[in-house]
Amino acid sequence: MTADMFLGVATGIPWTLAVTAAAFVLGAALGLPLCAMRLSNVALLRVIALVYIILFRSVPPLLWVFVFFFGLGSGYLPISAFEGVVLGLGLITAANMAEIYRGALSAIHAGQWEASEALALPSYSTYLDIIAPQLLRVSLPSSASYAVGLLKDSAIASTIGVTDISFNANYIAKSTYQGLPVFAIAALFYIMISLPVAALARAADQKLRARVAL
Amino acid sequence: MNDLLSFWLDSLPALLDGLTVSLEVTGVALAIGFPLGLLLALGVQSKARSLNLISLCVVEIGRGAPALVVLQFAYFGLPQAGLTLSSFAAAVFALAWNTGAYTSEIIRAGLESVPIGEIEASSAMGMMRVDTLRFVIIPQGLRVAAPALLGFATQMLQASSLCFAIALPELTSNAYVIGTNTFRYMEILSLAGILYAAICVPATIAVGVLEQRLGKHTR
Repeated sequence: MTADMFLGVATGIPWTLAVTAAAFVLGAALGLPLCAMRLSNVALLRVIALVYIILFRSVPPLLWVFVFFFGLGSGYLPISAFEGVVLGLGLITAANMAEIYRGALSAIHAGQWEASEALALPSYSTYLDIIAPQLLRVSLPSSASYAVGLLKDSAIASTIGVTDISFNANYIAKSTYQGLPVFAIAALFYIMISLPVAALARAADQKLRARVAL
Repeated sequence: MNDLLSFWLDSLPALLDGLTVSLEVTGVALAIGFPLGLLLALGVQSKARSLNLISLCVVEIGRGAPALVVLQFAYFGLPQAGLTLSSFAAAVFALAWNTGAYTSEIIRAGLESVPIGEIEASSAMGMMRVDTLRFVIIPQGLRVAAPALLGFATQMLQASSLCFAIALPELTSNAYVIGTNTFRYMEILSLAGILYAAICVPATIAVGVLEQRLGKHTR
């Protein structure tokens, strides 16, 4: 194991983080309207959301990324490898986040809605000031563990040529024939990134738990 | 439309061959991974220090490293240590490790759900620790863990698509090869997606039903 190998694999860290962060932000944002549709009174919206969620959770992430990069890319819409993987993972994340939000909503006491209504709060204020902060707090642990899972899923970006940790590990392993230490280093990097994220989420959870009584 | 259907019909046999390989590799990985998960769950709970440490390492690496990296480690890395695996064997190695690591947590939660009173009762009746595990804890614990384990099995079928990276001719690889030959990526990848969904959607619904049924009995 040499320093070159270590540094070579490490140059992929920013791309791994970029793919993970971009896909998570896209998914966390799209998850909200999707969750609202899933719980809507309009049957058509409910069905659309349900089909979306089932479809994106039942087909492998790698295949979705291929559909967007190779499928859309071959003549429909010019798309870069980075955009392809963010779109694929982001839309899958949206489906999963919608389910996480739905679970969190059911954990918020019905009295919160009743009290907002009794105080004659407008509905945007009910959602923005009353429900949203609690939703964030309740969904934080599951969102964080989903983000850690997404970090590992982001490795599939390497299959379409995004120069992330896995891509560099693959490249160095093939050019030096030193696969054993190189892939061990790559695995170590993923574990080293996920540990602080998990710790941070736990700390934030405890802090919010103390501030927002539930 | 006719054109699309005839293209799909022409490529369906190759995709079904791929699907068979996907199902085989998933099946073998689960057949090794589930018992491994049970052993790891017992190992993590064990009071023997060394056993405990080894189990924890296997679980944490299996859960912490991406399955794709473990796959490539097995296929491109192990030959350096004198262990050359075929792509099928490497896939089974990596996916079984992954399964063992994740299911050990599911199974541990199941085992811990068995009320402590039953374990105390067993020891009061003079049952040995092994018999308590075999006849009291494991049967009830696995029953609780069953829906989550089946849910994990569908995830594993999806994870088997990663074997694309080590040139195993499974569903995603075959679809990709047809795509590069015909340049009709969208059509062929959609068909592959439909095949995955055809297995995973009913399986997911079945897991949900099972969850509700088992929940009724235990509560």
